[in-house]
Amino acid sequence: MASQSLRPPLRASNVNVFSRRIKSNIVSGLALLATIIVIAPLIAILFYLLKQGITSLNWNFFTKIPVPAGESGGGMENAIVGSGVVLALASLIGIPLGIGAGIYLAEYAGSTRMGNLVRFTADVLNGVPSIVMGIAIYALIVLPQKHFSALAGGVVLGIMMVPTVTRTTEEMLRMVPHAIREAALGLGVPAWRSVLTITVRTASAGIVTGCMLAFARVAGETAPLLFTAFGNAFQSTSLNEPIAALPLQIFVYAVSPYDEWHRLAWAGALVLIVLIMASVALVRYVTSRGMLKGAS
Amino acid sequence: MGVGIKISDLNAWYGTNHSLQEIQLDIPANHATALIGPSGCGKSTFLRCLNRMHETNPIARVTGKVLINEVDIYAESSPVEIRRRVGMVFQRPNPFPTMSIYDNVASGLKLNGFRSRRVLDEVVERSLRQSALWDEVKDDLKKKSGASLSGGQQQRLCIARALAVDPEVMLMDEPASALDPISTAKIEDLIFELKSQYTIVIVTHNMQQAARVAENTGFFLMGKLVEFDSTHKIFTNPRDKRTEDYITGRFG
Amino acid sequence: MTQPAKIFVSESSTPPPDAKQPVKPSAVRTFLRGRGNSAIADGIFKALVFLCALSIFGIVILIAWELISRSHLTLAKFGLGFFFRSAWDPVNNDFGAFPFIYGTLVSSFLALLISVPFALGVAIFLTEMCPKWLRAPLSFLTELLAAIPSVVYGLWAIFVLIPLLRDYVNPKLMFTLGWTGFFTGPNAGYSMLAAGVVLAIMILPIISSLTREVMTSVPMVQREGVLALGATRWEMIRIGVLRNARIGIVGAIILGLGRALGETMAVTMVIGNRPEIVKSFLAPGYTMASVLANEFSEATGDMYLSALIEIGLALFLVTIVVNACARMLVWAVTRGAPARVA
Repeated sequence: MASQSLRPPLRASNVNVFSRRIKSNIVSGLALLATIIVIAPLIAILFYLLKQGITSLNWNFFTKIPVPAGESGGGMENAIVGSGVVLALASLIGIPLGIGAGIYLAEYAGSTRMGNLVRFTADVLNGVPSIVMGIAIYALIVLPQKHFSALAGGVVLGIMMVPTVTRTTEEMLRMVPHAIREAALGLGVPAWRSVLTITVRTASAGIVTGCMLAFARVAGETAPLLFTAFGNAFQSTSLNEPIAALPLQIFVYAVSPYDEWHRLAWAGALVLIVLIMASVALVRYVTSRGMLKGAS
Repeated sequence: MGVGIKISDLNAWYGTNHSLQEIQLDIPANHATALIGPSGCGKSTFLRCLNRMHETNPIARVTGKVLINEVDIYAESSPVEIRRRVGMVFQRPNPFPTMSIYDNVASGLKLNGFRSRRVLDEVVERSLRQSALWDEVKDDLKKKSGASLSGGQQQRLCIARALAVDPEVMLMDEPASALDPISTAKIEDLIFELKSQYTIVIVTHNMQQAARVAENTGFFLMGKLVEFDSTHKIFTNPRDKRTEDYITGRFG
Repeated sequence: MTQPAKIFVSESSTPPPDAKQPVKPSAVRTFLRGRGNSAIADGIFKALVFLCALSIFGIVILIAWELISRSHLTLAKFGLGFFFRSAWDPVNNDFGAFPFIYGTLVSSFLALLISVPFALGVAIFLTEMCPKWLRAPLSFLTELLAAIPSVVYGLWAIFVLIPLLRDYVNPKLMFTLGWTGFFTGPNAGYSMLAAGVVLAIMILPIISSLTREVMTSVPMVQREGVLALGATRWEMIRIGVLRNARIGIVGAIILGLGRALGETMAVTMVIGNRPEIVKSFLAPGYTMASVLANEFSEATGDMYLSALIEIGLALFLVTIVVNACARMLVWAVTRGAPARVA
């Protein structure tokens, strides 16, 4: 078309079009290349972790406590139990606070200045390095008590859960159609009841998976536990004593010189990753489909 | 039993938009009253002022008096109490998606703290019969979710839900506009049945529908109530030129 | 609305003249008329969720307060000079944070240098070029990688990345780029470069998914407008998308920087942990976060502890500023629809 034109400016731009096309294709190629360069090793990392983990995992891992360096056959039973205790406490703190704040943002604050300030602070808090959180809780709980404790570990992880739970709860509540809120209000249901039994319940699948995601994220946190939960070579469930945790144990074993401990570190990493993969997949599944099926 | 509604000097705003201006109107008890008018004329806003749903929007504002059964709903009551007396059916069916059919109908009672199982069973059956849905759903009341029904059934479920709290007034905001003709006919039959027991106010953009179900009709235009009279009068011999233009289709 | 609510009594009114049956309030109606307006319960509920929201401010203030009050010893003794001194001598209570700040900055910028081009490439590919069926699995993968714990990256880096760098990459870098001075000296593996590479891998998913979000929020009309003028695909992306999204993309990169600055475990496991300032990236270094991880639980003296907490305070303030800037830039583009928590 353009080649039939007799006008010089268009003819001149013809050459241009050619070079522009080439440039466009080169850039497209580069973007594709970048994606491949990034994705391939990332998949490799995942597979390497899975491979190392699966070959290292056995029943002892879940049922035995660590044996002294050099001996073989130990497991991470104490770390798994410890992580369980710390995470349970963290959830007890982080989930109610986060869900409450999420309800406030979605149902009461809207886009008011206060609401935006809370959102902003939550996002900023989410970016505060976990090790800094650990120090603050160390100063708050460990220093006055003069000993490390599971309590301190649970508090720091609980605080870290708050921003994530808040933002996902808000997002999920906002997905509940306005018509459903109106239906409840139209029946003369008090606001608090309509929020809890209608809106929150309608969004519950999403909120639960959001909590799982926050849970999985702090489940892998190591840095804030270094000087709160501290670690423990033996089994303990007391909130008032130092306690072992899976990520802590992985760290200690990874930087140790013993092959047997390296093996256990890989196994621990696999357990963590499976937990995280499951929750990420669940969140995607719930947010992409099915959550509000049928709600027009 | 239904009760009458007296509206005087009613004004409503959305932000700075004066969407209802100086409405005066007496709605008779135990009749169906239709509100017609072009889109954006204020008829839905007016309806939502009658159970204080209008104020759920943070930028909305209302002045004036609405007397339901001699009680000024703005001065002497709270939104929650008013809405238990004045049921509302919305344009799109909005059953609670996480609840069974039974729980949907019982929700207005259960969520307000009503506990008696025996009475609940009775009320659910009565309401579903009143809304002509009972025969279609009686076998899976607690098995199926409200959202699994067809659109027309969902709307009748919403009517049953509103009936279950035994209101004195029923407000219907274009209840059939999202439905197919057969479902629409069923809803209209229902309104006809219900008006012996409730005062019904129905917003509609469908003039035939107004003519079929309502004794009285009000015509809204640009936030004002232009004319209110018996439906027969409005459709055969309107007083106002603008009403005539609208019902004869010469409008906009 | 403030005066006590009056309860309706339907029996007291005269029935309408055309009523077909006498007014007999049903059990349901009587019950519901007796329910109050639940203003108190509503007020309590609202106050509760508001308190939950306030707790977020509370947490930030609490962290700041603990850090400031526990670091007053070094704050008083060294003042701002703390951040420019290179001494780190717990025995003689002589502390300076400069080597750690240097290590943090160098490793983070190294990470940005490596990951930004790739992150942008991936984002452009995923939003503008990727076939639909591939988009979901790829973005799932990126999300997954963002969620893998730091300690697991560190584990992988120790056993895979460091041998790889030491045996294959570093010798080549020393040979070709040794003259710059950045790639010289003993090749131990544990190094600033290793930390930069691990960090790059870790922040890449964050930068690319935020960039993608910003790019998707550019309205389709912008793209079509440019295409309608006869632009090629690259020109459409450059003029129609990148130009509109650039502020948000900068925000995404800064957010990645914020993550890199505070990243602890993976870096601690690979950087070599030596508080020295060396030009070569192949030499070990130390970061603010890793000195905290390594020395905090062993810090005995009050002064030592105070010095470490002051480093934590600095890290806290820097990441807050960085994150606040980044969030505002991202919000400016996605227009109030706040970005998902990365």
